[in-house]
Amino acid sequence: MPEKITVSFKVNGAPQSVRAFPDTPLLWVLREQLKLTGTKYGCGVAMCGSCTVHVDGQPSFSCQQQIQHVRGRSVTTIEGLSPDASHPVQRAWVAEQVPQCGYCQSGQIMRAAALLKTNPQPTRAAIVREMSFNLCRCASYKRIVAAVERAARER
Amino acid sequence: MDASRRRFLHSTGGLALGFAVAPGALLGVVDARAGENGLTANAWVHITPQGAVVIACPTSEMGQGILTSLPLLLAEELDADWSRVHPVQAPADAAFINPVHFKSQGVGGSRSLRGYWLPMRLAGAQARRILLVNAAARWSVPVGELATEPGRVVHRSSGRALGYGEIAAFATVPANLPQVTEADLKPRAQWRLIGKDVPRVEVPAKVRGAAVFGIDVQLPGMLYASILRPPVAATPHPQFAPGIGIPPARVDDRAALAIEGVVRVVPLDHGVAVVGTDYWATVLGKRALRVEWQQGAKAERYDSDAVAKDFAAILRDPARKGEMRSAGDPETAFKGAASVVAAEYFNDHVYHAAMEPLNATAWVRGDEVDLWSPTQGQTWSQEVAAKAAGTTPDKVRVHTTLLGGGFGLKTEQLTTAQAVGLAQLMGKPVKVIWSREDDVQQGAYRPLVAQRVEAALAADGRVVGWRHRLVADSVALRARRSQWDSVKGYDVVVMSGAATAYAIPHKLHEYVHEDRGIPLGYWNANGAGFTKFAGESFVDELAAKLGRDPLDLRLELIGTGRGRLVLETVAEMADWRRARSGRGLGLAYYDGGEWACHCAQVAEVSVDRASGAITVHKIWAAVDAGIAVQPAHLGQQIETGIVWGLGAALRERITIKGGVVQQSNFTDYLVTRMYEMPEIEVKLVSGAEAISGGGQIGVAPVAPAIANALARLTGARVRELPMLPERVLAALRTAA
Repeated sequence: MPEKITVSFKVNGAPQSVRAFPDTPLLWVLREQLKLTGTKYGCGVAMCGSCTVHVDGQPSFSCQQQIQHVRGRSVTTIEGLSPDASHPVQRAWVAEQVPQCGYCQSGQIMRAAALLKTNPQPTRAAIVREMSFNLCRCASYKRIVAAVERAARER
Repeated sequence: MDASRRRFLHSTGGLALGFAVAPGALLGVVDARAGENGLTANAWVHITPQGAVVIACPTSEMGQGILTSLPLLLAEELDADWSRVHPVQAPADAAFINPVHFKSQGVGGSRSLRGYWLPMRLAGAQARRILLVNAAARWSVPVGELATEPGRVVHRSSGRALGYGEIAAFATVPANLPQVTEADLKPRAQWRLIGKDVPRVEVPAKVRGAAVFGIDVQLPGMLYASILRPPVAATPHPQFAPGIGIPPARVDDRAALAIEGVVRVVPLDHGVAVVGTDYWATVLGKRALRVEWQQGAKAERYDSDAVAKDFAAILRDPARKGEMRSAGDPETAFKGAASVVAAEYFNDHVYHAAMEPLNATAWVRGDEVDLWSPTQGQTWSQEVAAKAAGTTPDKVRVHTTLLGGGFGLKTEQLTTAQAVGLAQLMGKPVKVIWSREDDVQQGAYRPLVAQRVEAALAADGRVVGWRHRLVADSVALRARRSQWDSVKGYDVVVMSGAATAYAIPHKLHEYVHEDRGIPLGYWNANGAGFTKFAGESFVDELAAKLGRDPLDLRLELIGTGRGRLVLETVAEMADWRRARSGRGLGLAYYDGGEWACHCAQVAEVSVDRASGAITVHKIWAAVDAGIAVQPAHLGQQIETGIVWGLGAALRERITIKGGVVQQSNFTDYLVTRMYEMPEIEVKLVSGAEAISGGGQIGVAPVAPAIANALARLTGARVRELPMLPERVLAALRTAA
């Protein structure tokens, strides 16, 4: 019988302490215990990227991060990317009117933001390679590329 | 002022429209936004004294931009200042029924703009008249001397003006409401909003992570539920009579109940629910369940490969007659033909794969039900929830959330009855979440189909007769019994797109129904996704037989039809007559059927002859939607459709063995990723001053355009979807 554990970590800069089964995906802790529902469940198997957050600055599938391994680490979600949606990627996403249904877009934005942090002026090929981790069933891909390029230009 | 409980009726050319003010529905939203009263002109629009214009959007926002484009119609006729408009999701209410969508409130069939085009503009014009009448009374001038500018009424001769908010602060609704008819609506030349792109209203929330989808709903004391499914995909549609589901024969729930957070295990008519305090507990509980299922469901005998062979045999069996629709005298035309050309086409099932899996949240208090749902059908949600709770639809409040994609599956209410039933049992709010695996394996698929198309040719090569025969299980019977009954066995969902738009004098369309008990449902573009694959592939096969250019043959067959514009436009876009080295161009056209939206596409493809893998380099699409209310949204929708068409053309498939779906997640149901995208170029043209349904038009021409390109490049004709590499290789061998 699994026993719940207590895990302390940082979310969007604030310390949090949660009680959960060790294998509980970070995704569900964020969504249910911390009420940060911007991070989405899409597949649970690291195939769609809707759940993408930053863990210690790196893009990460939160559906694959067991809470026991998040102890002491620093997590950023879409809600914490900027205080007022002013992150260059978020501004570019509005300017290019990227979202359609919008369900995957938190994950897309988090991945794009991580990409631009390590590669501020990515080539088209680099954008496509990195963003191909994330699925969009509305196929907003063309606008995603345009928005990443805009964010790189205007940051 | 209190205008509630008033019902305004007026008629427009025989069409009676009722605008009802739903007390506590729209008004509740307004109170929350404005904090005080203003003018409620009708069910659709409320103006606060501060000048905010709150407009109800009757249908669901699922990515198609409807939360912007429908309120914009009303704002146009109201002459509202768009920057002061606040669209809100309407409650479920008879006032918001779509007159062309099963007389229900809901979204599907590309019917939103067509259905609400007139009612919402009339509602706006009516509200504007009320503002004018009130301003005229205040100034003691004739109404005829007044005009409106965005957000205000002006009296030009005296230089006076009143903002809409200022009028709303004192306005009364006249006892005899001014009649508004279609003749009072603005002529196209005066449109300020329709046809001009505005930013979508819900995009900022989607970019902040603040947009609320169904799966995001949080309620005090809420419980969660996961559903363990029987392995066989015999989803009992909630509209169906009981008895089709697969209930558990034995449930051992001891291990599940021992898990902290698992509250209760509930056997259902179809599945077993695990209810818990958090979603992960229900997942662990589901894994710990030991269940034996009842046997005997019809779908247990369903093997998609074997069914495809069965359907092919039935297709070729002249003794099997289906439901027919004909024009002219096809029998005589075929008897007297100089020659007959025929070809057969097949396709596998496909699945929706909306990014947000199915879910619903319910709270049942006494005989009252609150349902929070990413639903495509408010009326149907009400009906299903009422039935599940043993109450009446008027006791069900539907809170429509944003939809993380719909594509047809979210019309089905598959989670509605589960959430309502469990909420009633638990006495608390319950959110049901289907896992991705549930969504893949217990969906409602596009049918597996066998088709034959035949043409009767005169001695001079003219096409004088056309026959299209199709064998499939039924969508309408499974998803909407009333639709099935109304079409008397001719499944219009499956047969959509089958009717040819070409000017051929004698035509016959035939649907042969085979009930195999497998769950089917509405899917982006419905039947057109495969009927146009057959019909438009066949036109190219005819062209090859006749030694004609496929564009020339289509232009001849279309005659003076509206499709000429998109065919000529796309040919110019793609530089049709210029040969490409190592690549082929293929053309396809769809008139859109009831959508009245025309689309022609050209695909540029190459093929790896060793592996059989097709690469689509570029797709050009010309679209004639008539009036494009929001051209950029429409362009996005066309792209979405093209990528759906591409997936179903090349790779997406659901296969079933013994009733068990063989795919389970995005690991083996392969949705198109960014790196796989072809270049796409869309051009909107306008061949008529009429509204149309453009949401799905991009899907259908893709597969035949690709197949036609491959055939022109290699001589190999693939007649089966998806065009998997092994199928392409087989066709290449046949051609060689």
